[in-house]
Amino acid sequence: MAEKSLPAVSYLKIPDDGDPYLEGHKCGGCGAVFLGERSVCSKCFARDKISTVKLKDTGVLHSFSVVYRSFPGIDVPYVSAIVDLDGGGTVKGNLINIEPDPEKIKFGMKVKLIYQDALGRKDKEGNSYLSYFFEPA
Amino acid sequence: MSDVYVLGVDMIKFGRFPDRTVPNIGAEAALMALDDAGLTIKDMQAMYCGNLGQANAMVGQRILQEIGQTGIPVVNCANACATGATAFREAWMSIKADMYDVVLAVGVEQMGKGLLGGAGGGDGIPKEGLLGSGTMPCVFAEAGMEHSKEHGTTFEQFAKISVKNHHHSTMNPKAMYQIETPLDVVMNAEMISYPNTKLMCSVNVDGSAAAVLVSEKKAKELGMGRAVKVRASAMASDPYTDRDLVMPDVNACTRLAAEQAYEMAGVGPEDINLVELHDCFATAEMLHYENLGLCQDGEAGKMIDEGHVELGGKVPVNVSGGLLSKGHPLGATGIANIYEVCTHLRGEAGERQVEGATLGMTHVIGLGTACGIHILEKV
Repeated sequence: MAEKSLPAVSYLKIPDDGDPYLEGHKCGGCGAVFLGERSVCSKCFARDKISTVKLKDTGVLHSFSVVYRSFPGIDVPYVSAIVDLDGGGTVKGNLINIEPDPEKIKFGMKVKLIYQDALGRKDKEGNSYLSYFFEPA
Repeated sequence: MSDVYVLGVDMIKFGRFPDRTVPNIGAEAALMALDDAGLTIKDMQAMYCGNLGQANAMVGQRILQEIGQTGIPVVNCANACATGATAFREAWMSIKADMYDVVLAVGVEQMGKGLLGGAGGGDGIPKEGLLGSGTMPCVFAEAGMEHSKEHGTTFEQFAKISVKNHHHSTMNPKAMYQIETPLDVVMNAEMISYPNTKLMCSVNVDGSAAAVLVSEKKAKELGMGRAVKVRASAMASDPYTDRDLVMPDVNACTRLAAEQAYEMAGVGPEDINLVELHDCFATAEMLHYENLGLCQDGEAGKMIDEGHVELGGKVPVNVSGGLLSKGHPLGATGIANIYEVCTHLRGEAGERQVEGATLGMTHVIGLGTACGIHILEKV
């Protein structure tokens, strides 16, 4: 890649001098962790107690589905997964490097976040994107 | 505050009507409900109209342009799949507030075929299939799998719900389909998003339903013969839960609305004789047995295994065929459910009649999230 990839979502941060990571917004009042910028906590209603935190790259599988039918042009099957990150925050994404078979996927299994090109998807200007995925830890 | 009664209520047979307009489909149910009440559009003091697909296009007023422009106030509502229930509830509230004595509520939708949700526009690149799936079958599959995680609920148990609702629909001439789907057929149908096969997903159809609501004074004046009393109307949005913003929570808001509805009606789940609940997917129906208090947490699988929720069981659920087979025209669903329960309370449900029904409940969920619950009583 000649140029640096753009983040697929706003909460994926790509530092110039370090590894990519997911950023959460944490409430200093109640500890709730949100993805994406905000100034008010929807759990405890505190204002101006939100600060950014670097989310952990490990977690456990909370729930999932194996998707066999999606929109045209999207490769199936794939595993849509809900992961509770260690230290707080819940994230949804694709669980990869595992057979997309409901029998092989275990609730509570440990997973880690990995950062890869966004399945070759590019925007209108031809920019590449970096995304995050889960894989068995 | 006056009690509120449903004096007239009806729905069209759900189907696909690509050559008709949304107002035209809505007008048909509106006229049917007026006829059922023995009233005309001239008697209506206000109208609440629910529609999602043309939420910015004054569907209520355009219905009146087809059936009678009397100059009454019209409010158009959009609240995802709770749209119809919202229109009904607003009508109820306007009578409760002593503003009106006779109000028309209409729900209507014209749908395309195919997968809903998850298109994920916005800047950059499409996110569907990159950050999991936002399609409705997947979102509700993930919610069902959460139940599997906690209670060991199986694919087969989810599938049995679809068998039941399709069976019920064979007795409902207004359902989109009247086709028996045995367990092996349901389980071997195309897998859309595990554990939801195609036959475990609601059917996108066109449809409309309407109700005429009246105050107690008006009901007494016009005759209570076939009137149905609205014992409770409750609505909730999703209270904060830890995963809510990533994984839409249809449980917490249903529990909240159910608690309020039971309290308002002064009854408990054990008093309810039939329930029309939001089976947008088979996985969703399973969750709501517990959310609505029809059984203890963890016992939903047993409810379907032991037949408690089928016609003839302890508390029949979705005897209309539900969204799985009757069909799910988003804006009409919340009033079609009310039509179904009223029909049983009036003793007019024919082959699928829940015998001796005196109290019934309707429930819808609009993802995002809105939950609407009504408790209705035979007069």
